[in-house]
Amino acid sequence: MKKICLYFEIHQIIHLKRYRFFDIGRDHYYYDDYENERSINDIAERSYVPALQTLIQMCKDYPEFRVAFSLSGCGLEQLEFHAPQVLDLLQELNATGQVEFLCEPYSHGLASLANEESFAAEVKHMSDTIYEKFGKRPTIFRNSSLIYNDDIGAQVAAMGFKGMITEGAKQVLGWKSPHYIYSCAADPRLKLLLRDIKLSEDITERFSRQDWSEFPLFADKWLDWIASTPEGEDIINIFGELVTFGILQPLSSNILDFLKAIPALAKERGIGFALPSEICEQESVGTLDVPYSISWVDEERDTSCWLGNVMQREAFNKLYSIADRVRVCGDRRIQIDWDSLQASNNFRFMTTKPGYQYRGIYDSPYDAFTNYMNILGDFIARVNNLYGGADNEEIDGLITLIKNQGDELEAKDKEIERLRKKLEKYNPTEFEEESSEEAEPKKVAKKPGRKPKAKKE
Amino acid sequence: MKVLMFGWEFPPKIYGGLAVASYGITKGMVDGQPDAEVTFCLPKPTGQEEKFLRIIGMNQVPIVYRDHDYDYVKNRLPDYMTPEEYYNFRNHIYADFSYMNVNDMGCMEFAGGYPGNLHDEINNFSIIAGVIARSEQFDIIHAHDWLTYPAGVHAKMVSGKPLCIHVHATDFDRSRGKVNPTVYSIEKNGMDHADCIMCVSELTRQTVIREYHQDPRKCFAIHNAVYPLPKDYLDIPRVDHGKEKVVTFLGRITMQKGPEYFIEAADLVCQRSKNIRFCFAGSGDKYWEMVDLAAAKGIADRCHFPGFQRGKEVYECYKASDVFVMPSVSEPFGIAPLEAMQCGTPCIISKQSGCGEILDKVIKVDYWDINAMADAIYSLCTNEGLHQYLAEEGLKEVDKITWVNVSLRIRRLYDECIWGKAFCDRSWEEVEAIRRDIDPMKGR
Repeated sequence: MKKICLYFEIHQIIHLKRYRFFDIGRDHYYYDDYENERSINDIAERSYVPALQTLIQMCKDYPEFRVAFSLSGCGLEQLEFHAPQVLDLLQELNATGQVEFLCEPYSHGLASLANEESFAAEVKHMSDTIYEKFGKRPTIFRNSSLIYNDDIGAQVAAMGFKGMITEGAKQVLGWKSPHYIYSCAADPRLKLLLRDIKLSEDITERFSRQDWSEFPLFADKWLDWIASTPEGEDIINIFGELVTFGILQPLSSNILDFLKAIPALAKERGIGFALPSEICEQESVGTLDVPYSISWVDEERDTSCWLGNVMQREAFNKLYSIADRVRVCGDRRIQIDWDSLQASNNFRFMTTKPGYQYRGIYDSPYDAFTNYMNILGDFIARVNNLYGGADNEEIDGLITLIKNQGDELEAKDKEIERLRKKLEKYNPTEFEEESSEEAEPKKVAKKPGRKPKAKKE
Repeated sequence: MKVLMFGWEFPPKIYGGLAVASYGITKGMVDGQPDAEVTFCLPKPTGQEEKFLRIIGMNQVPIVYRDHDYDYVKNRLPDYMTPEEYYNFRNHIYADFSYMNVNDMGCMEFAGGYPGNLHDEINNFSIIAGVIARSEQFDIIHAHDWLTYPAGVHAKMVSGKPLCIHVHATDFDRSRGKVNPTVYSIEKNGMDHADCIMCVSELTRQTVIREYHQDPRKCFAIHNAVYPLPKDYLDIPRVDHGKEKVVTFLGRITMQKGPEYFIEAADLVCQRSKNIRFCFAGSGDKYWEMVDLAAAKGIADRCHFPGFQRGKEVYECYKASDVFVMPSVSEPFGIAPLEAMQCGTPCIISKQSGCGEILDKVIKVDYWDINAMADAIYSLCTNEGLHQYLAEEGLKEVDKITWVNVSLRIRRLYDECIWGKAFCDRSWEEVEAIRRDIDPMKGR
């Protein structure tokens, strides 16, 4: 039976304000509150609320309907501040039990391409937040803008995720079909779900385009295309942004009616729905090599829209040059700013690729770059001030030391665990008594690991 | 295709941007179109002009009949003009100008350039244009800038050939709206009689439509271009100032160019950084005012006023700069940023500059927005990535802007003028299609 896997991204960045270089060192508040409130309310009103209401209704009407979401931390904060009604709707949707929340990096940033530890910390942060909000720990991962390569896959697998969703990019798939489950080449435990670009973008990009040869698109036509896929190609991954409904495609194009019509018509054609985690229960058909990063952006499906020109790379390198310091500093204000500065949209505003129009408050890529670098200049100075003027080498040395000690402790913990298991084998009866005692020294053993961190703060 | 052009300046004698543009347009036309023949009428040629086109010196064209023998004439004429041409002109004298101040050859003298009796010279220029229009064969008339509009109109009246006028600047740009009525009337009269008005930018085109009340259908934007740098300019090394950075303003120091905004921005930058210097290259009526302003702001030690730059010095100045700024209040085109980009210097230009319409790899700010200007200067001086991007990509961009392409666009308009209906009698759609066709950003 063919199954449609629907997934929608909910992400909005925290807009940075106009920040001149003479503000550096004088003004540490970086956000354009007016623009943030305006844009998120606009999006909630025109898109999120009607779309989620429709999805709730669909879940109620069709018990077999399934849909997955991921929220970015920045988007979540924005919604909490300015449009909490959207979160209520998400809770209502969650209560139907027919949805799943995926995990993604908290900042919607590019840490996966720059710094492993920062990436891991962000993922954990987001995973905790999802657990807190929706009561379930996510088991499937999606990276910012579906960025993926073998190294990221291996790291995500090591963090304990069962599956990851990414782009069905032509340059990695070649003749293969995105309608199967693949697994990561670097760690086959991680299943990969690939977006069907054509069928997804029929909705997200082309739905209301009158110059498209298939316009107007109706649900039955679209489902016929799915039904006509070859036998055995059972998984149709339709991924997009939730703003597809209302912003990318205006509500006046009747896209919500299109959405509503899908479950009933799918049933007629014997097509079902599935959540990413349900699909990842199945076996993969093989591994997929992805040596270079892919994403779901632009025709190139790579990272060129964030890191394509020298300005973007300079901003990126400068930002992540302090990643370690931010991570170990423990200053909450700094870490909140760090999240919003990392958001990939900040880099996208600096793209010089032709055809990209939306630049937020900026009127050119150079303007976006200048503003971002001014803010980054202030931010870096604040971070360095925390370390009391210690020179870079010294700090980097200490950070490496902390990391090494942490690794050592982890290795020792594993060793203890292994020995305990051994002990358990030899003395299954004694173990019951000892376990409680043994847990104690373990906690103590961890403490010295934290101490050097505390010193640095 | 024979073109009769009237111009006021031509290299090697350069007073301003007009000479460079006149050279570019004619050179591009001769290089790009083998069938084009250009006759260029100048008030007072030096004799050192390049020989790719025919130059007529207006000071060698008789308007009063003088009977001289062949050898005398040959002896008196410069080598770019033959006695046969002289006699041909003499046969077409159309009125009695003996009351005018003429020399032994029956010709009028010109001071050249922009002397005090400019209006007399303009008038004399157009009298002589009548003789030329009667003696020469040509298909179209092309007049550069307001000084030659009366001559163009006169030639059109005599010959009935279509007249294109080229608006390199208007008095509205020079005076910020407080126009000189005499100049305005000459400009307006020229535009009223023109069959086609070529403006150096859309900005100028809008001024022509709005302030001179011209039919938009006959106004077209024909942007300027640049010629590739000669080798000895290319070989000038870029100067590395170590930790110091140099930000340059180059142009006439006059109200139109917005020098005070540059000082204000410099002041903001100097408050924050100690390693950026500002260079004011050029002279003009606001020179001393700017020196005073810099002193009053207390940044005189970081501002340098090297004065007027000529020839190669201009390029040495570009190459020694890390940032080039053109904060013009109103700039019909402004060729300086293109030259700076050819030297690999990133540019900041005002949004009120016509050249911004065809440039992408420059930072554009409003001329009055000194905060944005200061921010852009600071960013270019501190962020290597931005500097590198604009320097490299800017060079690539400016290399694609060539006079040969510009002259093809001009040729298209010539053909429309000669063979087609008058622009004002055509439908808006038809004219719009032509405009799209000659858009320099097409396909970019």
